[in-house]
Amino acid sequence: MFENLTEKLEGIFKKLKGRGRLDEENIQNALREIRMALLEADVNFRVVKDFVEEIRVRAVGQEVMDSLTPGQQVVKIVHDRLVELMGGESAQLRFGSRIPAPIMLVGLQGCGKTTTAVKLARFLIRQGKRVSLVSADVYRPAAMEQLEVLGSGIGAGVIKAAPGTDPVTICLQAVEEARSRGYEVLIMDTAGRLHIDEAMMEELRRIKEKVRPAEILFVADAMTGQEAVNVAVRFNEVLGIDGVIMTKMDGDARGGAALSLKAVMGKPIKFVGVGEKVDALEVFHPERMASRILGMGDILSLVEKAQAAVDEKAARDLERKIRKNEFTLEDFRDQLMQIRKMGSLQDILSMIPGLGKMRGLKDMMPDEGELIKVKAIIDSMTKQERRDYLIIDGERRKRIARGSGTTVQDVNRLLKSYGEMRKLMKKMTTKEGIKALKRGHIRF
Amino acid sequence: MIGLGKTGFFDRLKKGLEKTRKVLFTDIDDLILGEKKIDQALFDELEEALIRADVGPVFTMELMDRIRDQVKRKELDRADLLRKVLKDTMTAILKGCEAPLVIPPAGTFTIMVVGVNGTGKTTTIGKLAHQFRNEGLTVLVAAADTFRAAAIEQLEVWARRAAVPVIRQKINADPAAVVFDALQSAKAGATRVVLVDTAGRLHTKVNLMEELKKMRRVMAREIEGAPHEVLLVMDATTGQNGIAQAKMFKEEAGVTGICLTKLDGTAKGGVILRIAGELRIPIRYIGVGESLEDLRPFRAEEFVEALFARDGE
Repeated sequence: MFENLTEKLEGIFKKLKGRGRLDEENIQNALREIRMALLEADVNFRVVKDFVEEIRVRAVGQEVMDSLTPGQQVVKIVHDRLVELMGGESAQLRFGSRIPAPIMLVGLQGCGKTTTAVKLARFLIRQGKRVSLVSADVYRPAAMEQLEVLGSGIGAGVIKAAPGTDPVTICLQAVEEARSRGYEVLIMDTAGRLHIDEAMMEELRRIKEKVRPAEILFVADAMTGQEAVNVAVRFNEVLGIDGVIMTKMDGDARGGAALSLKAVMGKPIKFVGVGEKVDALEVFHPERMASRILGMGDILSLVEKAQAAVDEKAARDLERKIRKNEFTLEDFRDQLMQIRKMGSLQDILSMIPGLGKMRGLKDMMPDEGELIKVKAIIDSMTKQERRDYLIIDGERRKRIARGSGTTVQDVNRLLKSYGEMRKLMKKMTTKEGIKALKRGHIRF
Repeated sequence: MIGLGKTGFFDRLKKGLEKTRKVLFTDIDDLILGEKKIDQALFDELEEALIRADVGPVFTMELMDRIRDQVKRKELDRADLLRKVLKDTMTAILKGCEAPLVIPPAGTFTIMVVGVNGTGKTTTIGKLAHQFRNEGLTVLVAAADTFRAAAIEQLEVWARRAAVPVIRQKINADPAAVVFDALQSAKAGATRVVLVDTAGRLHTKVNLMEELKKMRRVMAREIEGAPHEVLLVMDATTGQNGIAQAKMFKEEAGVTGICLTKLDGTAKGGVILRIAGELRIPIRYIGVGESLEDLRPFRAEEFVEALFARDGE
């Protein structure tokens, strides 16, 4: 998500590293570049000003001049300050003591409130909570239907309002209904509105006054420019928000707003939205984000994703199968599906340090469509074929291609790579193979 | 009541327009502030105004360097003219992209509406449908956003307001198939304008951009030259990512025009200046509110006026 800023800062520090020592002039250059990079990343003008000034004060002092690797020193200063700016540590949701705990989402039109409401509901359901959703958006056509369709798809209770009910009453009634139906959390999706629309802001204030939400979360689009701060500050003035959710972080927006909002309002970024699927919501980690900005990769997020997606028992089963050389096409398919569960391959690869920098990466990325094809091919095989791929002759290949809507060449390619994978696994399970693996000699 | 010292961009736009009419090319606040000296503080002030309007640091520096050169060469020695020269430069850039959409007098004109999520594509289609209907044209909308939950229903409400028919299939249907149906129907009924609503997509998602190409291919097969317009709907609150959006949608989906929405807020949409300068995509409309009438043709002068207007002015 922050690749472009990463590239820029790396470029700057490469220049710094190239020199033996820092002098006033090249600090000046670095600062100018940092300023430009941050502004290009849509960090708020004022925040950038303060940030650069602070880095200047810290950098021009002895800290950097006396150190042996001044470039690294500046990276550290910038990194630390970025972490400070973005919050210091991750912030949890507070539910309070009431049942249900009302959580209210607010923001501009099109920032992704409805999608986020559903993602947040799913996130909390996964933590074992009983979650309900209500839409207080009586303005946008079909907004309520959207929440209903998405919400029922994830097993949340969707509370419906009678037509003609005003938003404040909708929320109040929803709290009652959620309580009587035994929900622990009620997520209230509100209509998008402009921060300068007094009547609409007043409506939110009244919902807050009547319902007294445990959390009011401001939903912000990561692509927002300099306006982000003005908008959030206004919502905060009227409502006193508790935190921020940044959406659309799966694009290439550098999301400078994430830096700005915390710095200006002092309210934490709690979650980030990273895709269109209902599970594409992650806890916000400022350290990781700062590391990411500086090109250190986001290994922790990747590990967490993998842990959530891979069932441990399934993993042990698989290991046993590989040992006994029983890795069938069915297992192969399951493996691929697990990879898909972790998110798109692009997302995963972008978290690996170093890969974010590779410009050509997009072109060599295996297509999500390929995975779907492979699944279709394996699904079109008989059970027997899946267990013993050697019986798949020309006729069977033709039938499988027809059944899966692919070509015989596709089927051939799949069987070939599966065959190679089996060979590889066999090698890995012998003593020699493990040694070779340790030396990094196995070629894929 | 909640006190509010801020004015929407649209209000400023209206005032800016009035001002342009009234005083033509003399800027009133430049006259008042005319006592100022040309110094670093003045440059800083102008630079800040540009950056805060999302013009972007690189483009801002370019603009400022041009002005600084002129000052150095003594071509410009009055502080009150500095702002005007800057405005003129910006207006000239935007003027090159001021190109209202013109529907030819005969045939079916197809408009595919694209953009990232949440920029206001469906709303814009409602407004366009209304406008074309008022011009006496027959209009059809195609609900080709088959991905987002309730997107079809949302479009239907807008179409009802504008009193135009909708061609739709079920959710998760192939958008290209919806487009095919719509064009068939348009051909049969000699419809003059077809508006195609597409699902919001981030420009970085390769497979979703491919989907747009497929829709284009289907349209081109059915009606010669279709899509005649690929309209990129961009949210004025977008920062520098706007340039990546415009670039990718232009390359991948063949964007031929831009509609800048949500200018009724306080965002100034300055990234459009950079888009005009670098990509030269025609800017067709601006969106200034949530009702059917809130769509206006883009005008370079009033846009630049509004961009420089101070809050509360």
